[in-house]
Amino acid sequence: MAFNIIVLAKQVPDTRNVGKDAMKADGTVNRGALPAIFNPEDLNALEQALGIKDQYPGTKITVLTMGPARAAEILREGLFRGADDGVLLTDRAFAGADTLATSYALSMAVKQMGNFDMIISGRQAIDGDTAQVGPQVAEKLGIPQITYAEAIESIDKKKIRVKRRLENGVEVVEAPLPLLVTVNGSARICRPRNAKFLQKYKHAKTVTERQTENIDYIDLYNARPYLNLTEWSVADVNADPVQCGLSGSPTKVKKIENVVFQAKESKRLTDDDTELEDLIKELIANHTIG
Amino acid sequence: MNNVFVYLEIEDGTVAEVSLELLTKGRTLASQLGCRLEAIAAGDKLDTIEKQVFPYGADVLHIFKDKRLSPYTTLPHTSILVNLFKKEKPQICLMGATIIGRDLGPRVSSALGSGLTADCTSLEIGDHEEKKVGKVYENLLYQIRPAFGGNIVAWIINPDHRPQMATVREGVMKKEIADPNYKGTVVEHDVKDYVSPDDFVVSIIDRHVEKSKVNIKNSPIIISGGYGVGSKENFQLLYDLANVLGAEVGASRAAVDAGYAEHERQIGQTGVTVRPKLYIACGISGQIQHIAGMQESSLIISINNDPSAPINAIADYVITGDIEKVIPKLIKYYKKNSK
Ligand SMILES: Cc1cc2nc3c(=O)[nH]c(=O)nc-3n(C[C@H](O)[C@H](O)[C@H](O)COP(=O)(O)OP(=O)(O)OC[C@H]3O[C@@H](n4cnc5c(N)ncnc54)[C@H](O)[C@@H]3O)c2cc1C
Ligand SMILES: Cc1cc2nc3c(=O)[nH]c(=O)nc-3n(C[C@H](O)[C@H](O)[C@H](O)COP(=O)(O)OP(=O)(O)OC[C@H]3O[C@@H](n4cnc5c(N)ncnc54)[C@H](O)[C@@H]3O)c2cc1C
Repeated sequence: MAFNIIVLAKQVPDTRNVGKDAMKADGTVNRGALPAIFNPEDLNALEQALGIKDQYPGTKITVLTMGPARAAEILREGLFRGADDGVLLTDRAFAGADTLATSYALSMAVKQMGNFDMIISGRQAIDGDTAQVGPQVAEKLGIPQITYAEAIESIDKKKIRVKRRLENGVEVVEAPLPLLVTVNGSARICRPRNAKFLQKYKHAKTVTERQTENIDYIDLYNARPYLNLTEWSVADVNADPVQCGLSGSPTKVKKIENVVFQAKESKRLTDDDTELEDLIKELIANHTIG
Repeated sequence: MNNVFVYLEIEDGTVAEVSLELLTKGRTLASQLGCRLEAIAAGDKLDTIEKQVFPYGADVLHIFKDKRLSPYTTLPHTSILVNLFKKEKPQICLMGATIIGRDLGPRVSSALGSGLTADCTSLEIGDHEEKKVGKVYENLLYQIRPAFGGNIVAWIINPDHRPQMATVREGVMKKEIADPNYKGTVVEHDVKDYVSPDDFVVSIIDRHVEKSKVNIKNSPIIISGGYGVGSKENFQLLYDLANVLGAEVGASRAAVDAGYAEHERQIGQTGVTVRPKLYIACGISGQIQHIAGMQESSLIISINNDPSAPINAIADYVITGDIEKVIPKLIKYYKKNSK
């Protein structure tokens, strides 16, 4: 038994370190100003796919990402950890997409990739934070979804059994393939890069990367076709440009505000007994406590 | 037609808090827009739902009763909303930013091709001028949400597509009864007209849900601990103080991640939002994501050994010192003075 799995992974700015200059005037994100990382929960998603491959070695894992040219880094990162292939969906016309336009583009790329048994995505990206893209891709492809997955308990050609996290509990569900699963951050963490794969895929590049970086070892790329990372445009996936990017996005950002908190005039105390007893007396007197 | 809709989350015949909070907000929006507030209940035990929701000002309650609709699964609930919305053409639809709402909302919005804004912290009605085309949109829903790890707040609008859909976390909106005697209309739908047998392909094999024992959201006093508390054992000091004051214990994410406290105690952007009478922050530095969940507390006391901890800026009282020393003294002087 072997499965054909697509992992959706997004390159995200590391929002844990956002500076003031991260947003452009038009409300879009200045991604260039932040370190770009593999979205953390997408690593949990990749690990679920790798776990299936451990069990069923013929399984093929393809990482799909939509983003600017440099998002090819995500594909290499996936290969270094054990994925088999990667596809970069990149085109100016994809820019400014909300979740609906993003999922339209991703679903068109999935259709272009042919048959698959399962799509695995992260629950949520740390920049947009919406957790909407997974379910929307599933809807566009007309397949069921299982969100907030913590572990794939079993899988065969017909069905899958998944444990998912609820607010105050857990649920085990069974569903037929093909389907889409979104993986929670509480799932197993991803295995590290594998030295063998790092060697093998170090020079894996998209066409654009080879052009912009002036890499021209034609022979190398002819002899080792797996070093050619697939790069698709709007036209390559037969997408309708109007449904992509800004024009395909029903939600618009009207404005962006930086968060500043109003500082208060605060009373300063030490751990001195009298000061603390006075505070307690005051809180009792004004009925805050007691 | 063109009304405000709220999807009700129901567990065991009881409407979830977050749905009641959204009905309260939905009531305000509907009155402002001069339209009706409608609620959707899909599930099994629905007999008392009308009693639960009409006091919040719902004008219409749509009932979809079928054993197979409870517990929630994605596809049948999606079909209900999609087909109902095709008929009713709501202008606004609100859902909880819960595991259910975040599973259902995106699926419905994709099927209808309408926008969805996640995790709104504020919803307002306002106009929008699209300068490029010289067009003015009246009475849009401003969907205001933090993004980028809480460092920015974005105002999102949805000018051309309906419904304008938004999810909101539990505790963000305030729940308030509009009129205990408010009477709406119940509309019972035939589930067969909305849901196809194919929608039941996902089955629930096993389900464990525990009633949450922690009720920080409704507690008037919260003693909250951060990474600075140092250990699970030290957290006991917070429980001791909470016990004498009749308070609940909350936590920062760093404290939860370190295993000092349970996840359901987490306060902040990715936890619960609280607005107690008194909030005592113990060993919490006050990162933006934490403050987002407690800044509306009436009185804030910070206990921190760093006099320049960011949380001190929004605190009414700043006690500079170690929690190991300060908390036992607070307990001692409370016991002494409260009698
Ligand atoms: C401030 C701000 C607020 C926003 N608010 C909203 C909003 O409320 N509603 C809305 O519709 N859009 C919103 N957007 C746009 C949204 O961030 C983008 O559409 C983004 O491309 C996808 O959404 P996300 O980051 O929330 O991803 P999520 O939906 O959180 O991502 C879930 C999973 O989908 C997969 N995935 C997502 N994007 C990609 C990709 N490009 N390539 C491959 N896999 C991917 C990953 O597996 C990921 O873990 C907002 C953007 C900004 C800057
Ligand atoms: C997308 C995102 C979402 C997040 N959501 C949340 C959220 O919902 N809630 C949340 O809380 N965080 C959230 N965070 C994490 C947040 O950024 C901070 O990391 C976290 O709030 C820090 O917790 P802390 O203040 O307990 O720890 P620290 O920042 O480590 O602060 C510890 C404090 O304790 C003080 N201290 C140390 N020892 C003592 C002592 N003996 N006595 C007194 N004081 C002492 C120190 O001076 C310091 O101020 C989120 C982050 C991201 C990126």
